[in-house]
Amino acid sequence: MNAAARPDPPEIHLGHVTKTFGRPRHAAESFTAVDDLVLDIAQGEMVAILGKTGCGKSTMFNMIAGLLAPSSGAVLVQGRDPFRHFNALRGKIAIVFQNDRLLPWRTAVANVELGLEILDMPPLQRNETARYWLSRLGLGGHENDYPHMLSGGMRQRVSIARAFATDAKILLCDEPFSSLDEVTGQRLRTEFADLVREKRKTAVFITHSIDEAMQIGERIVVLRRPAKIAYDVRRRDVSPQAWEAVRPNIRSILSE
Amino acid sequence: MTEELAKDKTASGALARRTRQLIEAAAPFVVLAACWQIGSLFFPKYLFPSLVDVLWHTVAIFATWSELAEVLATFARILGGLVGAFVIGGLLATLMARSAAVDRFLAPILNFFQGIPALSWVVFAVIWFHGIELRIFFIMIVTSLPAFTFQALGALRAISKDLAEMVLSFRPTRRKMFSALILPSILGDILTAWKVNLGNASRVVVVAELVGATGGVGYELLQQQQVFDMAGALAWTLQLVFFVLIVQRVVTMLEDRFLHYRAVSERTF
Repeated sequence: MNAAARPDPPEIHLGHVTKTFGRPRHAAESFTAVDDLVLDIAQGEMVAILGKTGCGKSTMFNMIAGLLAPSSGAVLVQGRDPFRHFNALRGKIAIVFQNDRLLPWRTAVANVELGLEILDMPPLQRNETARYWLSRLGLGGHENDYPHMLSGGMRQRVSIARAFATDAKILLCDEPFSSLDEVTGQRLRTEFADLVREKRKTAVFITHSIDEAMQIGERIVVLRRPAKIAYDVRRRDVSPQAWEAVRPNIRSILSE
Repeated sequence: MTEELAKDKTASGALARRTRQLIEAAAPFVVLAACWQIGSLFFPKYLFPSLVDVLWHTVAIFATWSELAEVLATFARILGGLVGAFVIGGLLATLMARSAAVDRFLAPILNFFQGIPALSWVVFAVIWFHGIELRIFFIMIVTSLPAFTFQALGALRAISKDLAEMVLSFRPTRRKMFSALILPSILGDILTAWKVNLGNASRVVVVAELVGATGGVGYELLQQQQVFDMAGALAWTLQLVFFVLIVQRVVTMLEDRFLHYRAVSERTF
């Protein structure tokens, strides 16, 4: 077979992944959060994952992040098991969480430096990088502020700066704008999507909001409990008019 | 001109604030001393000696090397015991935090130890050990160990799961996990534990030296008791009080240095 014709391996691969909590052999005492999930995400794709509360989105997210091991099946990130080869993926994955999760004892700039410290970047360089990202996200002048001195929107910007500063190729986002007011959330969403496209990141974006998924996602995957794909559509495969028609389909799946 | 006036106002405001703080800090001690001094006018010297006598005794202890050495020996015993108990307690707490089985095994033992009075440990140590320093070190360790262990364990368990997952998401080494998350998270509780255990240790060391040593502040207190020298007993006690106050101040300075980030509500509890 011609090597040139071989498709690129997916950046993220979930092959028949199941995750059961509790005692898997005792049905009454166990809970299956993800059931036989198959999903491939290509390099540079921005995928919005939609699903109702408790459908297993966060469990899937944590398995991709390497914070949870699957009960069966294979999770691969850049061809490696993120749980077993945890350290091998250092600097390759960055996460933006639902809440900002800033370290209260660090200033804004020191919070952004955290990932760079872990990557052993020299102090001067990491300080410059952190300041650049804070300024890029509109927080110039707030470098030395502690988290409690910043508003919710500003804190979430710091956490986005922290994720981008490490220059990880894969970004995992767990409803990062859900706790912000509509105007701030909308503005941050736009800035975030522009940055992801500019830096050509592979992004997995978990959300509850159809509007958010439609705005950000180049691909939308809808999960049905327990984390099985109910709908999967790519923006490039449909016309702009047809893309809007996706909305009622998603709504009807989510209301089932 | 206006700027200079504003600067002057700020400086005088700061001076007034510092003076008020100083007066507030000194007031309780001044009242206590005044009460004692008034008492000394109405009671015999061996019950309530004058503060002047106590002061001269205190100065004499500082000025006489052999007596100062006794004080320093007691300080070294307190600090040595606390450091030993802190290190062992920290290790035990780490093991207990990492393993439920170790926790289930060690927690009852430490609880049992906590129920044993300090004086009983002194008696056991006198029977078990011949060397004075080993005896006192043992007493200081066993009496401080359960508290340090439980306090460190509580601090480790209180580390935010959300923050731990966030730091873990960057895939740090163990050393970096410790320096970036664990140490800053537990530091406040550890400093509080030091403050609490320091007070306890200073009381225990006196009992240990009283019964099981031939030197140190506790032993000197026994000598003062035998000659009914209240001024001497107070002077030796004050040495310990000064020591505790100095170390407490150092711990407070560390708190001010490392925990200044903590937000303070304008409305207090």
